[in-house]
Amino acid sequence: MLQEQRPIPTQGILSEEEWLAEQAQRSVWTGPLNKFIDLLDLIYNWGRRNSIWPMGFGLACCAIEMMCTSATRFDIARFGMELFRATPRQADLMIVAGTLTKKMAPAVVRLYNQMAEPKYVVAMGACASGGGPFKEGYNVVSGVDKLIPVDVYVPGCPPTPQALLYGLMQLQKKIDRQSIREVPWYRKGISEGVPEPILGPDLIDARRLEEITAFTADPEKLAARALQLHTPTKGEKKE
Amino acid sequence: MVAHTPAVPDTPIHLTDPHVVAEHIKTQYPDAVEAVSAQSIVLKKEHLLDVARYLHDTLAFDYLNNVTSVDWLDHFEVVYHLSSMERGGAPLTLKVNTPRDNPSVPSLVPVYRGADFQEREVYDMMGIRFEGHPYLRRILMWEGFEGYPLRKDYKEPYYEEEKKPFGSRWDQGYHILAEDRNPWHDNVQYPANFDALAYKPPRDTVPVVEATRAALTRLRTDKIVLNFGPQHPSTHGVLRLKVTLDGETVYAVEPVLGYLHRNHEKIGERNTYLGNMPFTDRLDYFNAMANNLAYAITVEKMLGIKPPERAEYIRVIMSELSRWQNHASALGFIYNELGAFYTPFMYAFEERELILDLFEAVAGSRMMCNYMRFGGVARDVTDDFMDKCKYLVNERLPRRTDELETYMAKNELFLSRAKNIGILPRDLAINYSTAGPVLRASGVKYDIRRAEPYSIYDRFEFDIPTGTVGDLYDRFMVRFAEMRQSIKILKQALEQIPPGEIMTGKKNYQVRVPKGDAYGRAENPKGELGFYIVSDGSPNPYRYHVRAPSFINLTALNQMCVGHKVADMIVILGSIDIVMGEVDR
Amino acid sequence: MALGLLNGLRYTASRLVKTYLSDLKHLGRRYDDALLKERQSVRGSGIFTVQYPEERLPAPENFRFIPFLVYEPALDENGQPKIDPTTGKPVIGKQRCTACGICAKVCPPQCIWIVRATTPEGKPKPQPAEFYIDIDVCMNCGLCAEFCPFDSIKMDHVYELAGYERQSHIFDIHTLSKPASYHAQIHPTDWAREEVQRKAKAKK
Repeated sequence: MLQEQRPIPTQGILSEEEWLAEQAQRSVWTGPLNKFIDLLDLIYNWGRRNSIWPMGFGLACCAIEMMCTSATRFDIARFGMELFRATPRQADLMIVAGTLTKKMAPAVVRLYNQMAEPKYVVAMGACASGGGPFKEGYNVVSGVDKLIPVDVYVPGCPPTPQALLYGLMQLQKKIDRQSIREVPWYRKGISEGVPEPILGPDLIDARRLEEITAFTADPEKLAARALQLHTPTKGEKKE
Repeated sequence: MVAHTPAVPDTPIHLTDPHVVAEHIKTQYPDAVEAVSAQSIVLKKEHLLDVARYLHDTLAFDYLNNVTSVDWLDHFEVVYHLSSMERGGAPLTLKVNTPRDNPSVPSLVPVYRGADFQEREVYDMMGIRFEGHPYLRRILMWEGFEGYPLRKDYKEPYYEEEKKPFGSRWDQGYHILAEDRNPWHDNVQYPANFDALAYKPPRDTVPVVEATRAALTRLRTDKIVLNFGPQHPSTHGVLRLKVTLDGETVYAVEPVLGYLHRNHEKIGERNTYLGNMPFTDRLDYFNAMANNLAYAITVEKMLGIKPPERAEYIRVIMSELSRWQNHASALGFIYNELGAFYTPFMYAFEERELILDLFEAVAGSRMMCNYMRFGGVARDVTDDFMDKCKYLVNERLPRRTDELETYMAKNELFLSRAKNIGILPRDLAINYSTAGPVLRASGVKYDIRRAEPYSIYDRFEFDIPTGTVGDLYDRFMVRFAEMRQSIKILKQALEQIPPGEIMTGKKNYQVRVPKGDAYGRAENPKGELGFYIVSDGSPNPYRYHVRAPSFINLTALNQMCVGHKVADMIVILGSIDIVMGEVDR
Repeated sequence: MALGLLNGLRYTASRLVKTYLSDLKHLGRRYDDALLKERQSVRGSGIFTVQYPEERLPAPENFRFIPFLVYEPALDENGQPKIDPTTGKPVIGKQRCTACGICAKVCPPQCIWIVRATTPEGKPKPQPAEFYIDIDVCMNCGLCAEFCPFDSIKMDHVYELAGYERQSHIFDIHTLSKPASYHAQIHPTDWAREEVQRKAKAKK
């Protein structure tokens, strides 16, 4: 019945006009069941996007800006997100605010697995998006998306509360675009969750165990994988 | 182990001079001193413990400021800084050398309990073993991590070059993601022939402890270990506590740190001196201005320059504004932990937002100010700023402080939950190397702005508030009193600020610091923030160590929490006022 | 008695009442920029909230977020900047940047990559051929803008950069270049001071 696959635009950010046009197109009565499901989507998403409950996951300095966002000046309660749940079971959104270190990585993945669907992740700050200024450190995971899937990236160091609110509004727009036809939590098959990383001589991603064992045994294979880079000296040309 | 404050009848003030101290040591232990210079005493490591005991008992060096280590490629050097609460003045520097293979040094924990976490950190980062330490294991990295990161021959996975600026950025700087350069496409490296499929991480354990004063129960109950995980709404960030409980009574608390260890010191060695300034913002991220100030005065000490008058006044104004907003937030957080669900916190944050507006107008960013430079400040303050600041300091901040005090300090529920909870006696507070409001609440009248004045603090009139008992209530009220003293200093500074230059010398990004080492410290709102910098004459530091007050204040947590209930432990942790960016660096 | 508790409750109640009173005072004025400025100043009172996105707190001049490169627009016959019809931005006349590399050297996390342009003969030309900033590494410190000798890299005020994917976080020279009129608009006092210096230098 529901074979008509409407292409959902996922590239980049829509402008206000494009988003409104899409919303209007979805709610116009031009057909039978599809339009009814579109109306259901509208109500369903309206309820979900206006009461996202974040899990307070402040790691570092961005956590303070997150607290400022929930304070009186940049009231996050106007978006329905004032209820920061301590437990992941009751939360919809994990705002990873701050640098993710290797020692903390198993805990983050465990918390992500414990969150119930529908769940979203916002990487707040430069550190959570891609390592940040501490990217070169030996204890830093360069970006939380190495471990868990991220929905919205909010750059900045730290992003001002208004920037974070803008990022959360982008998340709301993303939720508006989801349809109950395609959402993963109504599909068959339970998602396994992300396997927890192990703290060994260095952080071990549990999805790469065979790869690690094979390549550390054969150092030539390992050398072949690295991008052979020669640091150019001054005046030298790179071809 | 009973710590006692020795009676010191008339100790001369010149005991801050290493030569004089060395003479005193030689009278007792003739062959303990290896070398003496104008900055430090080098001891032989066999005599370290005896000399430390002598200094502590007889010469009243009762406070251990800092323990750190330097890798000199052919040997290691462990550096200690000791000072006296009575005499004040600059700390005394002791150095001990140890060879590179199988490095070990006697532990100072029997004499100074505050050395506990610091020696574990030196072991973690450099691999130097401390004989006599009660339970030596890694503190910032996890058990099973391979390598000692702060050694000079340790190369991190995203290693590019030894020192910044890197040659690959200009003039043929095609952008390459650091992930692409690493064979694992991630910030990891593994030893050769590592079998990941068969690897089992070491088990998480809790040391067996005998509580010093546990409540004895008639019922023979068993103890459980409760894990206050790194994600917890009230642990001020990612702090993990392993609590051994007897019912609801705390038997022992062991903090597990390192969940925010961002390798500040290793990155600091690769950075230039100026490049380290924005990184110091992110240490104690509540008081970026104060962190910048501490770093700036350390490097200025080594360079031998002094900022002009106007810059000094601006620095003091920023520092004291930062102190007010930090204490206001800390009080709000303490009430959060008591269970007042965010209301006092919101009231405290209102004024904080106005202060952050001022910071944004002058420095560019609300929190990560990056405002101080070596020889002055980055930008001048405008008349608009002065007008707003004067209104804030004369009208709004005093009013808000009074309101908060009426609102929070006399509440009966708070009084019943805070009086006589979490007592830290005076001699233990000194022995545990606590600093800041925690130390002053226990009755020690020590403030670095009076003991070793930096910047222009010797021109201002202000008191040093102290507590009497050292319980939660005292730590709370000391912060209120300090907020009032900050307003007093601000009023004086805003009146006296002269017009003029804001920077000594020209704007320069290549700072060359002469060879040598220095320990500079400032009175941060959380305690004593110290920077130990060793320079070898190049534009990058050779060794860069941060003495973090929150890290060392945590050593006393176990002492304060034993015998109380779990709910009290949370509030006691809040009253120490820690920030994980500083604890883990 | 529970005097302390009651005092505290009285304080909270008075704050609650004051918010309604201030609402009555400004009845009917919602989303007003002038009122926002008054409420958010140190002398303000009443509701302290900024109703984002309808109200935005204006960024002060020194506010720093991501850097941007300043270029002089190409002028047409009348001396007006030529506008590119596809993008709506002024056409690039001359980049102020000379690819000297000071910003790349002074950047603490080393997030700037510069490729210097070359003439067809192979000699280096003081212009950047490519200029990359990785905003996932940039810590918004402003040292690049502080030490640029040619006033060509400045700190932007745009903070609404959130997106759904990470590839757009490497800003290349086209994303980074903004006209000098934009710099004059967001940094008026700095612009005025620099113009004075520029004119003095041009006279010599």
